[in-house]
Parts: sequence; structure tokens; C-alpha cells
Amino acid sequence: MATETLTLGKALNAGMRKALEDDPKVVIMGEDVGKLGGVFRITDGLQKDFGDQRVIDTPLAESGIIGTAVGLAIRGYRPVCEIQFDGFVYPAYDQIVSQVAKMHYRSRGKLKIPMVIRIPFGGGIGAVEHHSESPEAYFSHTPGLKVATCANPQDAYVMIQQAIASDDPIVFLEPKRRYWEKGPVEVDQPLPEAYPLQAARVARPGTDATLIAYGPMVRTCLDAATAAAEDGRELEVIDLRTLAPLDLGQVYESVRRTGRAVVVHEAPSNIGLGAEVAARITEECFYSLESPVLRVTGYDIPYPASRVEEEYLPDLDRVLDAVDRTFGW
Amino acid sequence: MAKGDPGVSTRGRRAVPRSRKGATGDPELVQLLTPEGERIESVTGPDGTEYRVDFTDEEYRSFYRDLVLVRKLDAEATALQRQGELGLWASLLGQEAAQVGSGRALRTQDMAFPTYREHGVLYCRGIDPIMPLGLFRGVDQGGWDPNEFKFNMYTIVIGAQTLHATGYAMGITMDGKTGTDEGEAVIAYFGDGATSQGDVNESFVWASVFNAPMVFFCQNNQYAISEPLERQTRIPLYRRAAGFGFPGVRVDGNDVLASYAVTRHALDNARHGQGPSLIEAYTYRMGAHTTSDDPTRYRIASEVEAWQAKDPIARMKAFLEKQKIAGDDFFAEVDEQAKRESVHLRERVLEMPNPEPSSMFDHVYPNGSPLVDQQRAQFTQYLESFEGSAH
Repeated sequence: MATETLTLGKALNAGMRKALEDDPKVVIMGEDVGKLGGVFRITDGLQKDFGDQRVIDTPLAESGIIGTAVGLAIRGYRPVCEIQFDGFVYPAYDQIVSQVAKMHYRSRGKLKIPMVIRIPFGGGIGAVEHHSESPEAYFSHTPGLKVATCANPQDAYVMIQQAIASDDPIVFLEPKRRYWEKGPVEVDQPLPEAYPLQAARVARPGTDATLIAYGPMVRTCLDAATAAAEDGRELEVIDLRTLAPLDLGQVYESVRRTGRAVVVHEAPSNIGLGAEVAARITEECFYSLESPVLRVTGYDIPYPASRVEEEYLPDLDRVLDAVDRTFGW
Repeated sequence: MAKGDPGVSTRGRRAVPRSRKGATGDPELVQLLTPEGERIESVTGPDGTEYRVDFTDEEYRSFYRDLVLVRKLDAEATALQRQGELGLWASLLGQEAAQVGSGRALRTQDMAFPTYREHGVLYCRGIDPIMPLGLFRGVDQGGWDPNEFKFNMYTIVIGAQTLHATGYAMGITMDGKTGTDEGEAVIAYFGDGATSQGDVNESFVWASVFNAPMVFFCQNNQYAISEPLERQTRIPLYRRAAGFGFPGVRVDGNDVLASYAVTRHALDNARHGQGPSLIEAYTYRMGAHTTSDDPTRYRIASEVEAWQAKDPIARMKAFLEKQKIAGDDFFAEVDEQAKRESVHLRERVLEMPNPEPSSMFDHVYPNGSPLVDQQRAQFTQYLESFEGSAH
């Protein structure tokens, strides 16, 4: 099996290239996705090779991107829309929540909207405001949408293809601070044999406490687990991968073994994914818990100015501090 | 204009009095049938396009039949709402000509994106008028396949469907389905209020820069619920098209012939690859916004009366009578058919079953969801726990 070393960004590019090759109905659309290759170069070279009818530079209007993609989907296309930054998705919110999410339901299953909405999300790149947000809870809260996020190049390559091939409308969140991180990618594994899109995965096995994360925070939690191991504490790290619907079977199994769970995300804590995960762990693993489920998250403030974002974002120390607290209960 | 078009021609078949630029009292309005039922042979639009129609007597009669039918079915739906059989109804009263004219201008291969009031367009597409009533009765939320009927599901969020229409039209171009008489075109319906929406303006931009094969059909019925046109615009709506780079025309939306001519011309231009255009069908919402609305709070009776004099059906009837195309027997027969179809509609609405409660969990996702499956199972179990109990 051929393995290449790719950055997460290049893996996404390769995945989309494969999807464009495999299905003539796949079209990529967004702002600057053509000649420029996207502001993060995730679509680099695709317009050159597939033409401007399949890799479409759109006018600068997010609702228009999603709304016209709905029409293309009704026509039989499989649009892959790029929203340039997390904080720019809100003009498209109505089209995503009221139109994309509900078409299949309203039509009693007669109309599918096989759309992927790619959004680079999260902070840590020193950006100006509106460029570092984590909007996953808004979309995970919306019935009819699926929400997925990748944490490493292998998943980036496979999951973007799975999302494009799926008939479900999927908000695909890309951890932008991890775009440049490299890892091995099996490039010729047939898609049906790949690890399923809607499944969490144990990123690192452990026995003493369970860390639950997704997207950019998986790396942070893996680093925390490495540090904890040096102190003799084995932390299990679970990458949720799909945020809607949540796949928590392995989380429950893990927490029943460890008795301790910490959920980590960049988004604010209030009514966030961590709250949902904590509630469900409490329902399913009540008698196994040695401590309350804790959350390590961004604070409940607007995303701050970049010179203080390292203080805002969960990091290795804050994660380990929470783990310590579960042991001190 | 397509050659060999049976409905639109370059010569007047019937002896009609005038050919002129503009129409009575409004130089901007394309009109082929005056409120008094006088035919105008041809009218020149703002961009120099000459509009005229040439129908057989049978075709003229069928236009009248459609107008009467859609009004009667609409009245029946309003009555059903008043009797508690529908939760809500958005009446098209007063807008029959705009809808029948534009609806009949569509060719079989064309795709329509309606708001929630296009019952007349739906009827002219040959669709069973019962189809949208499930939405208003509350037994479904549309439930039809837009591609099967070439008629999208009703869209309630104002203006959102214009973007869907634009994307669909872009798909037509990508499929290479323009440039011939068999080319496809799209019509997007919306109202005067929607012209303030971002989505509609984004649609104008998109359609323009992608040269999308589509027609923006704005029924300007003068009110967005209670807000008059003056709260949406300082210029005539059709002139907005110029700023986006495509033609705009205002048509008398109470004139079914002009509505047909203008729409057919715009659709044929689109299917031949000449890009989008905007039609402002100038009309009036004779009734309430919906059955939940009370228009006496925001408009005066004299205004309604003035528009009553421009009624789309009365003028078509006057035309048919004056030209001796139809007589009392025909009008009585149409009324009889309308009554019959409305009774049939009523009977079927009353028989519409409520959905099974657990069906609300169906079709949330094409590939299902473990969360929804789990909740469906819990719900079913919960319902079953009441079996055998008195309540």
C-alpha cells in the first residue's frame, strides 16, 4: 500500500483531486478557490487541472455560495463549498440551517442535497478577529446537518472524500492551525475499506483517564498524554471525528474503564459540544465515574485579540490541570 | 423569440386597434389587454423589444378557463382555512394573470422555483392542486420531488429560493443545455418585499456574472404583509436590473396576455444563452397576506376598489365577449368546471390523513442517524406504554 507523507492541507487537496477525478458531478466553489488555490492553498492547482466549470471562483457572498450550491445539488451536482474562514459563515447561516439541512426532510426523502461545506476553523494562527472561531455547536445543534472534522493528514485525505461521496449535507471543519502538520497518508486505499466517517477513534490508548477531543485539540491532547506518561499516568485520547451525530460508544467503553473524563475544545464551554458529551457520559457511565466530567475549553468571551490567544486556547498545561482535578475529587 | 412559436408572433391575427409604446397612464407598463378588455396589438418594452401575442380562439378561452379555475380553487382553500381544515392559506387573489401568464409561458423542460403563493403557476404546470395543501393543512412540509414536477417545493423564507434557482440555472449551463429551442430555462418567483433581501440581490449578481439562463419573476403586489412598496424601493423595481447588468421590464401583472408574452420572450432568451432578465409583474394582492392577516389595518378601501376595476378575469372576459370568442354557455361551463374541481379538492383535503406520529423521525438524513434512530425507538416505546390505559 502506497504511503506518502503529506501535510494536512495537501492531504485535503489530494482528497478533493481524487473526488473530482472519480465523479464528474463534483464541483468546488468558493471565494478565491480557483487561480489562487484558496487563501490556504487547499484547492491549489485544481482549477488548472479541472477547469473553471468545476472549480468555480464565486462572487464574494457566502449566502450566495451555499444557496446556489443548493440549486446545483437539485440539478444533480455534488457541490463542495469553501467558506474562507469560520467567522464568515454566518451570512450563509440561513441557507445552511433553513434550506440545506431541511430539504431532505421536507421532501420526505425525495430530494437529496449532497453538499460539503468546508470551513477552516479554530485559532492559533495569530489572525485578526473573525478568523479564529469555532462554530461547530451551531451546526451540530441543527437536525439534518452532519458535522465532521479531521485531526491528521490521513483522516483529512479520507474523510473529505467520504464527505463528498455521502448524500448527507456535511459541514466539514478543517483545523486550520494544523494545515501544515505532516503525517503518513495511504493514498490508494479504496474508500469503502477506509475507517468510517461517522465513527470516533482511539487516537492513543490509556488506562487512567479519558481525554475527548476533535480537530485541532486532538494534537494538544496527544501532547498532554505524552507528558502525563512521563509522570506515570496513562491517558486515553479519543478523537470524536464526527460531531453530529456523535459516536460515543468508544467513549463510554473508555470511561467505564478509566472512571475519569475530560472534554477539550477551543469553542466556549457554555452549551458547547463538551456539555453534550458530559451529559451523555453521565447518563451512560454514572456508576463508573470517579469524578464529574470536566471541560477544558475556550472561555465564554468573544475570541480575543491574537496576542492573548495562547492564554485563551486550551493547551497542554490546562488539559493536565483538569486531569489532576479529576484525580483530586 | 423562438421561430414557430404558436403563441407569440410578429403579426396581429385579430383586428385590434393600436400599436404603441407603453400603455394607458403608465408609459413603463407592457400591456396587451386593457382593463376594459381592449386588445393592444403590440407594445414596445423599455429595451426596444416588441411584445405581441397571437392565439387561436381556443387558446384565448383556455387562458380564461385557467384564470377562473385558479381563482376558484384558491377561494376554496381560503374557505377550508376558515373552517379549520387548513392551518393557513396564502391566497393569490388578484394575481391570477401574473401566475397563469407566466406559468403557461414555461416550456415542458423549464424549471420553476416558487414562493408559497404560486398555486396558479403550479396549476399551469399540470400539477394536481392538492399537492401544496398538505403543507397548509400541516400534514407535511411539501413532500414532493422538485425534479419530478419541474417545480420546486414552496419556499417560505423570503427570497431564499432565488439562489436555488440561480444555482440550478448554472447547472443547466454546465450541462450544455442552452443555445437551442430545446434549451432549458429557470424561472424564480418572488415578491416586492423579497427585493430587499440579500439573497435576491446576491442572486442578481450571480445570475449576471454567470450569465445564468433564468428569469426573475417579481410579482409586485404592492405590499409585503403591511409594508407598502415605498418601504422597499425608491425606484421602479424592474429598473434595478440595469444596475446588475441585465434587462428589466415591467408588465401589467393583471394582463394575462402581456404576462405570457413578456415571460415567454425572457425565457426563450435565457434558453438561447442570452442570460437572465427581470420581470416586474405589476399587480395587487386583493386579499390578505395570508389568512392570519388583516389588511384593513394598513390600507384603505378606495385603493382596493381602484384595483378591483383592473381585475384580471373581468378584463379577459370582456375581451372574449367583445371579440365574440366566447358566450354565456362557455362562461357557465367554466364556472361549472371550477365548482366541480373545487368540490373535488375539498373532498380530498378532508380525507388527508394525519401522519403517523413516529413518521416525524423519517428522512432527517439520507443515510440515517443513530441519534434519531434512538429517539424514534424511545418515542415508540413511550407511546406503547399508554396502550390499554384510559388516556
